[in-house]
Amino acid sequence: MGTSRRKFIKISALGFGGVAVAATSLESMGVNSYLEGFALEDSLVKLRQTATYCEVCFWKCAGWVHTDSKGTIHKIIGNDIDPHCNGRLCPRGTGGVGMYTDNDRLKKPLVRKVIDGEETFVETDWDEALTLIATKMKGIKKEYGAESLGLLKHGSPGSHFEHLFKAFGSESIAEPAYAQCRGPREAGFSLTFGSWVGSPEPTDIRDTKCLVLIGSHIGENMHNTQVQEMSDAIDRGATIITVDPRLSTAASKSQHWLAIKPSTDIALLLAWMNVIINENLYDKEYVDRYTLGFEELKEHVQEYTPEWAYGVTTIKPEEIRKTARIMAAAAPATIIHPGRHVTWYGDDTQRARAMAILNGLLGSWGRRGGFYFKEKISIPKFPHPPYPTPKWGWQEIGEKYPFAEMGITNELIKASLPSEDNEYPIKAWFVAGTNLNNSIPNKKLLEEAINALDFMVVVDTMPMEITGYADVVLPECTYLERYDGIRSATNREPSIALRMPAVAPRFDSKPAWWIAKQLGEKLGLHDYFKYDDFKEVIAWQLKQMGTSLEEMEKIGVKKFPRKSGPMYLEEGQDYEFYTDSGKIEFYSGALEREGFDPMPTYTKHPEPAPGYYRLNYGRSPMHTFSRTVNNPNLNDLKSENDLWVNPKVARILGLKKGQYVWLENQDGVQSSFPIRVRVTERIRWDSVYMVHGFGHNNKKLGRAHGKGASDTQLISQVAIDPIMGGTGMRGNFVKILTENPSKTVEV
Amino acid sequence: MRYAMVIDTKKCVGCSDCVVACQTENNVPIGYCRDWITERVEGAYPNLELELRSERCNHCENAPCVRCCPTGASHIIEGGIVLVTPDECIGCGACIESCPYDARYQHPEGYVDKCTFCHHRLEKGQLPACVSVCPTKCMYFGDLDNPNSEVSQLLKARKHKTLAPEAGTKPHVYYLI
Repeated sequence: MGTSRRKFIKISALGFGGVAVAATSLESMGVNSYLEGFALEDSLVKLRQTATYCEVCFWKCAGWVHTDSKGTIHKIIGNDIDPHCNGRLCPRGTGGVGMYTDNDRLKKPLVRKVIDGEETFVETDWDEALTLIATKMKGIKKEYGAESLGLLKHGSPGSHFEHLFKAFGSESIAEPAYAQCRGPREAGFSLTFGSWVGSPEPTDIRDTKCLVLIGSHIGENMHNTQVQEMSDAIDRGATIITVDPRLSTAASKSQHWLAIKPSTDIALLLAWMNVIINENLYDKEYVDRYTLGFEELKEHVQEYTPEWAYGVTTIKPEEIRKTARIMAAAAPATIIHPGRHVTWYGDDTQRARAMAILNGLLGSWGRRGGFYFKEKISIPKFPHPPYPTPKWGWQEIGEKYPFAEMGITNELIKASLPSEDNEYPIKAWFVAGTNLNNSIPNKKLLEEAINALDFMVVVDTMPMEITGYADVVLPECTYLERYDGIRSATNREPSIALRMPAVAPRFDSKPAWWIAKQLGEKLGLHDYFKYDDFKEVIAWQLKQMGTSLEEMEKIGVKKFPRKSGPMYLEEGQDYEFYTDSGKIEFYSGALEREGFDPMPTYTKHPEPAPGYYRLNYGRSPMHTFSRTVNNPNLNDLKSENDLWVNPKVARILGLKKGQYVWLENQDGVQSSFPIRVRVTERIRWDSVYMVHGFGHNNKKLGRAHGKGASDTQLISQVAIDPIMGGTGMRGNFVKILTENPSKTVEV
Repeated sequence: MRYAMVIDTKKCVGCSDCVVACQTENNVPIGYCRDWITERVEGAYPNLELELRSERCNHCENAPCVRCCPTGASHIIEGGIVLVTPDECIGCGACIESCPYDARYQHPEGYVDKCTFCHHRLEKGQLPACVSVCPTKCMYFGDLDNPNSEVSQLLKARKHKTLAPEAGTKPHVYYLI
């Protein structure tokens, strides 16, 4: 298999044929009569409530799954005491039931076989599939070492396979959530404050007086408590300043929308520092007590005047001064929000640094209305033997990037390419819960790497595109059908949440913990999986924490008192930050030592050639990445993405509202599917915009296939962040084609 | 008792949680909805105003749908809630045509369906599903006859509007602007 070119299999033929499974009672409920609806309500008291936390996105809001005695899910409601949702789930959480009811789900383990010279998937049973995987894993370990087995993961299933991998001897682990998303801000804030931003972000939006969003579109990204707190801030009259080339939802809620020219954010940030320092608007006591390098910074920003920035950003100098003064007047209750998806132009860590430094000047880190000191509770480790020490792992794979603090997906992919001088060769992938085809830019490189692999396993609930490249596909059950690790995340006060199965797994799907354990046993790693059911692990852990499974089943979420001290710095308090110097580092010696700018500078980025528009992308509140487009409930809210086009551009190109167009990027890459034009004043004339995650090309995704365009497909230029290895993806330009450029649609 | 819904357009982000919550609460078949999001943009880049709002049946005091219903299936109950009795509805569609808010649709089973202000929840002291889930808490529900209710207070304190006032329907859904 390793020598033949790996062909994408449109999971169809033998894969799913004949697996006609009756619709669940919930699906038939959709056509229940109105009166029956009320009859159901009468029996509401009898509905069972099962504790869960959501897996539709990474926010992991805790809630209650309401089921009746037949096991039909009626609804999912937020848990009132959960700090991630305060009893209110977002549309994705409310519509999470669609993950369970979707009949396009993966149903049986599939194995790639050659039949009559054709590669195809054949349904198999779990034992055969897992035995094959274990045999391959052992083979790779024997020939290359366990390190050559790479794990690419996302979300809750990832943690179970991470345990399996570490037990097996591999730490070649990465997830797109770092180098394709929030990595630069973690590196930038870590270099400045000695602390990651983390998730949920410790932004004290609830009590802020001034919220500054740099391209962060809260409200379109539906990070639940961020959205809730922004709404609270609006109620309390906080000022919102949004920097975005597009009138995002957040921009429309802002008193000040700075319609910046794309890719020039650092220039604006430097000019703000210039004003705040030169007008003596910074927090002098805070800067004196806690920071390092103020004098160097002062000198550094002198050249970045608002007049200079005007020429770069197109934001008027008086607007820059005015907003700087507003931020300073509200300080320290001012938040320069670190953003979340921040892999834009390749100098993203430096932009994050500029944002962190600005927060430092305003004294907002560790202050009410700025950033609070977050805390989480650690979950006791269920006893197992120590993990073996691998010879190399994600650090070595990403060694070119000294400030990467997690595995770099794109480096792990590169390490999978055949090369004689590759010191860290990856030979097989285990992909869990991440559709790499729609999260990793530079499709060509990804396909080259996949083709070179000896073996590839994909675990998912849905036939996402990545499953088509696998040798074995394993159907995971949804979060509504399984136990999972206890949720513990940073917040104002520590809390934990329980996820337990509300319904039995549909089809022949299995929880990730079960898959990991079965594989572990086949690999002789019994000592790492000393339990029959993951429930035992949770019960043991909860007992160590002074609670119990019985209690958690009743309450779903439990809060614990803070132990790390107050949420905010006290007046005149001495405080040591976790940086090299113990101070907030405006001037970074660590960056300088590695040959990087110790303070952020502005770099000019490529601009669109005539006839091309910058491809900008973002989020819709109804969807998570590319994973929810096929969810029947969420697809009903938004089934395809639109191409936002300024009316001037529409006039020049003769585009009409609702017209379908195709896109071709600067490298000649064309969109597989057409996208509908949305003519709107909300976008600049030098860019176009689309919501990420659409344009699925796997026909097995019945609702999502062929709907809209994929931004990821059109991102072939990647600007790598030299500091942490992130993939800057906003330097791609498209022209708009009104005719279908190819009659044969790529599948 | 006069039930009213007040929606703060300054806070609504148009996420559609109200839509999906209504669908799951009321078993609205996929492909149909009792509430929806409207976006209105005014101005030219970069001097723009954007209004997002959640819309539904306005439970009008002077309801054209009730007046034109030939069977009496559309009716108004205590609290001013406009309802449809499916058994009495012949699916003629007159009410759908008469509604200035386009708030009614024909259910696949033939009868006409729309927002009920979740009166089955109100009876249990619960808020309508859409109000109860909204992450931005931009939706408020209560009794306009009670001057101390949250809705009465908000309408007293804040600038507001109703939709299609020219239709003379006296709607019970208000938008804070």
